[in-house]
Amino acid sequence: MEKLLKIDRRIIFIFVALAVTIPLLFRFKMSVPPTRHVISMYDKIDSLSKDSHVLISFDYDPSSKEELQPMARALLHHCFKKDIKVIGMTLYPAGTGLADKAITEIGDEYGKRSGIDYVFLGFKAGSSLVILNMGEDIYTAFQKDFYGKKTAGMKALKGVSSLRDIDYAVNLTAGGIYEAWIVYGREKYNFDLGVGCTAVMGPEMYPFIQAKQLMGFLGGLKGAAEYETLVGHKDRAAAGMAPQSVVHVLVVCFILFGNFIYFTTGRKK
Amino acid sequence: MNFFKRTIPMIIAFVMGLLMAFQYYVPHESSQNLLKVVTRWGMIISGFAMFIGAYSLFHMHWNRIRQKVSGWGYSIFVFIGAGITIIFGLLNGGEFFWNDKQAGTMFDWIFDNVQVPAGATIFSILAFFMASAAYRTFRARNKEATILLIAAIIVMLGRVPIGTMISQYIPVVADWIMSVPNLAAKRAILIGVSIGVIATSIKIIFGIERAYLGGGD
Repeated sequence: MEKLLKIDRRIIFIFVALAVTIPLLFRFKMSVPPTRHVISMYDKIDSLSKDSHVLISFDYDPSSKEELQPMARALLHHCFKKDIKVIGMTLYPAGTGLADKAITEIGDEYGKRSGIDYVFLGFKAGSSLVILNMGEDIYTAFQKDFYGKKTAGMKALKGVSSLRDIDYAVNLTAGGIYEAWIVYGREKYNFDLGVGCTAVMGPEMYPFIQAKQLMGFLGGLKGAAEYETLVGHKDRAAAGMAPQSVVHVLVVCFILFGNFIYFTTGRKK
Repeated sequence: MNFFKRTIPMIIAFVMGLLMAFQYYVPHESSQNLLKVVTRWGMIISGFAMFIGAYSLFHMHWNRIRQKVSGWGYSIFVFIGAGITIIFGLLNGGEFFWNDKQAGTMFDWIFDNVQVPAGATIFSILAFFMASAAYRTFRARNKEATILLIAAIIVMLGRVPIGTMISQYIPVVADWIMSVPNLAAKRAILIGVSIGVIATSIKIIFGIERAYLGGGD
């Protein structure tokens, strides 16, 4: 029995690989009932009228793409479906490619045009300083969009001069930048803010949710899958729920089995 | 030299620190204009900081190659990867970098087909190591560890749809764990960190904390 505790880790890796691939191959579906924080974000965007402005800050890079890109896509589907003007930006230098791809691909699906129905402002260095600068004047922070077009006079930004004019902002984040969005953005310029983050960051959001500093929160791939369910456009996140569930159960089984051997072999002493 | 390396930066930190702290509470137009100008300066300085970061990275890897330290061969790939990406970035699909960003360039291809899969692969490897670590080390050795283990199992199951299929109470309990004990602990940490940040900021403004000035001549 004790030998099982010293099992070659590659055997564990094979179990994990099978737990991921088998559900993907057999494509069994799972219902993903939306939770209250996801519903809160959905309701906020759903309550916005046509031509309202939603700012999405794509603050992540390829390493977090698998969790956050599905969120971005689901949010964009919702916004474009409702004819809401989307303002995209990123505070991560490697976030531009992913953000551009998500906005243009989903925008094309709905026949939306850059500069008219949406704008992608690209990347600007400075993190919290960029947020503060946008809070004072969005056009000094981003004089041109990602493609080099002047932002002043752009139809997609009509009626927006600073962050104060944003109807709702969503920070999709893989790091601590959400704190800057809360402190320097939401608190100073008084706009509604939601956060979408990786699952591992999820617990950090609860103090801000209780303090009503966050209106809506998507946590990890499940958050994205719940939003896809609400939007009625099941995509990658919903497809990822089966393998994720199986892997979670497998890890729980590993923990229980490991503890069972630990105690039965008298290791407690 | 000490005057330029230590005294002047300390005066700048003192003046700007106090000025921006007071600026926050003054809603006058001139105060807002000051914030606009200062944040623009900050953004420009941040841009230069990125160059310093790139220089530091290349300098470190160049030294690794020069001194032939263990694994120096990998450092060559830093230069190859960065060189190719920078060249195609500057070429901008034949329109060069001084023109507007072109779509579908080789730079985009490298991002989509090298950086994106490489980044996603690194992240996905975590699942394998976490499973292995959980099996080997997550033990109910004492009362505290047992509570942690039970909480972890409930949250792990409550955060995936299969948790609801096992029992409708699992997500409810998982949500309670996150909304009550987790929230209390996180808030305590957050308040502690925030007080620490305020204390450090005051020490920097008044010149008590000087580590940011660096050492040596």
